[in-house]
Amino acid sequence: MRDNLARDARPAAAPAAAPMLEVKDLHAWYGESHILHGMNFDIRPGEVVTLLGRNGAGKTTTLKSIMGIVAKRTGSILFEGAETAGLASNRIARLGLAFCPEERGIFASLDVRENLLLPPQVRPGGMSVETIFELFPNLKERLASQGTKLSGGEQQMLAIGRILRTGARLLLLDEPTEGLAPVIIQQIGATLRRLKAEGFTILLVEQNFRFAATVADRHYVVERGKVVDHFQASEIEKSVDKLRNYLGV
Amino acid sequence: MFELLGISPQALFGQLLIGLINGAFYAMLSLGLAVIFGLLNIINFCHGALYMMGAFVAYLALQHLGLGYWPSLIVAPVVVGAFGMMLERTMLRHLYKLDHIYGLLLTFGLALVIEGVFRNEFGASGLPYGIPPTLSGGQNLGFMFLPNYRAWVIVASLGVCLATWYVIERTKLGAYLRAATENPTLVQAFGINVPRMITLTYGLGVALAALAGVLAAPIYQVSPLMGSNLIIVVFAVVVIGGMGSILGSIVTGFTLGVVEGLTKVFYPEASSTVIFIIMAIVLLIRPTGLFGRAH
Repeated sequence: MRDNLARDARPAAAPAAAPMLEVKDLHAWYGESHILHGMNFDIRPGEVVTLLGRNGAGKTTTLKSIMGIVAKRTGSILFEGAETAGLASNRIARLGLAFCPEERGIFASLDVRENLLLPPQVRPGGMSVETIFELFPNLKERLASQGTKLSGGEQQMLAIGRILRTGARLLLLDEPTEGLAPVIIQQIGATLRRLKAEGFTILLVEQNFRFAATVADRHYVVERGKVVDHFQASEIEKSVDKLRNYLGV
Repeated sequence: MFELLGISPQALFGQLLIGLINGAFYAMLSLGLAVIFGLLNIINFCHGALYMMGAFVAYLALQHLGLGYWPSLIVAPVVVGAFGMMLERTMLRHLYKLDHIYGLLLTFGLALVIEGVFRNEFGASGLPYGIPPTLSGGQNLGFMFLPNYRAWVIVASLGVCLATWYVIERTKLGAYLRAATENPTLVQAFGINVPRMITLTYGLGVALAALAGVLAAPIYQVSPLMGSNLIIVVFAVVVIGGMGSILGSIVTGFTLGVVEGLTKVFYPEASSTVIFIIMAIVLLIRPTGLFGRAH
């Protein structure tokens, strides 16, 4: 299993690599309200990139637009060079993207095992269930529990674990640390670093830039449906004041 | 004991049997309604009309194609299921995001149209459909006479209900169905073609109704109104069991059939209203139904 992952791994953040995901002039609407006003950003294979911003800035809508969950969208979303902006979400998922929603989306009428095995394989080379249990040992002990009987942290692990099985190489994670205890946040951070080491590409939405700084290569700042700033991981310490200002913390 | 109660064992067991038979149809129809409501969010008022269509497909297949009872058990659900999927694709699909009332009105209208067409073509009186020769006759159990065909109906419908329950609650396909009932958007974002799944589920739900129609044909005769006579009681069963609960529909269907039968023995005056009285009480005490979950 591990050999498999190692073979798939790409050199982290190789500057010359073509973007895995390229978002250009993305607009999106919920009904009449215009939420995204021309988002532009990209992610190269093997990178961990965050979208930082306040509540309501459009971070979640960006993930949902990439995933095809927001139906009304214009602009261009290229995944591995292929246009996905007009596709239904099931077609987009089959290209090799996987989404972990902010509310986690654990199904109450399914037990933990069923939740874990629910997402179909979209590409070969997904993580084995044993490796997922190695990352999240708690899940193994609670396989027969009802999905929503898990603690918040366990539900988050289940929500991340189940999309690792699918073979998707680009993971869209919406605030995986929200509402969790510091020790669980550390565990999730360690998991994300391990996933990066194994070659996964991750687009992370966060409000907690302290957490984001421990895992990400680059950060985009989102305000009112637009990318307004961009930092390398190395720049974050000297930009703390600017970031605090953006995020209102 | 029977002398004390002032009833004959023949009457008691006879009514119990009728109750079980009715319960079998309640269970199969409310099961389909529950599956459809769970995933499509539509109260399928044309379920009775599709049950009637199942019986008519069997009748017409026999009259015009010489196709007997056993092949009709397959053919009628397939034909009616395909008709249902066509309805879903062309009409119901547009209503999922609207209030329940729109789906209810549309399917109620469809039921009237379908029944009207059959009534125009075949009149309102029942058409006979014979019991298949292999199941004619019956068994003398000592305390009562059990017609073979009725025993078969109970066994077959119980088998179909349990198989449906197993598929939904214990298989991967059922896990997709349960998950899509809770959060179709996320299930689709995992790569599952949820719109196609919805079409197939509606097809399956109405195929169950058509199967019940074929099973009913030799017992109740084939008539354009056989569905509307039954469907009101079936909706009461669904309300009592809890909208969208699979096991609830099966258990409630059979139980209420038996309750109705027993009421015919002990207090015949109430036999046609007892289910609605129970429904009223359940609604007052547990508005989500006996097996329902609050949404």
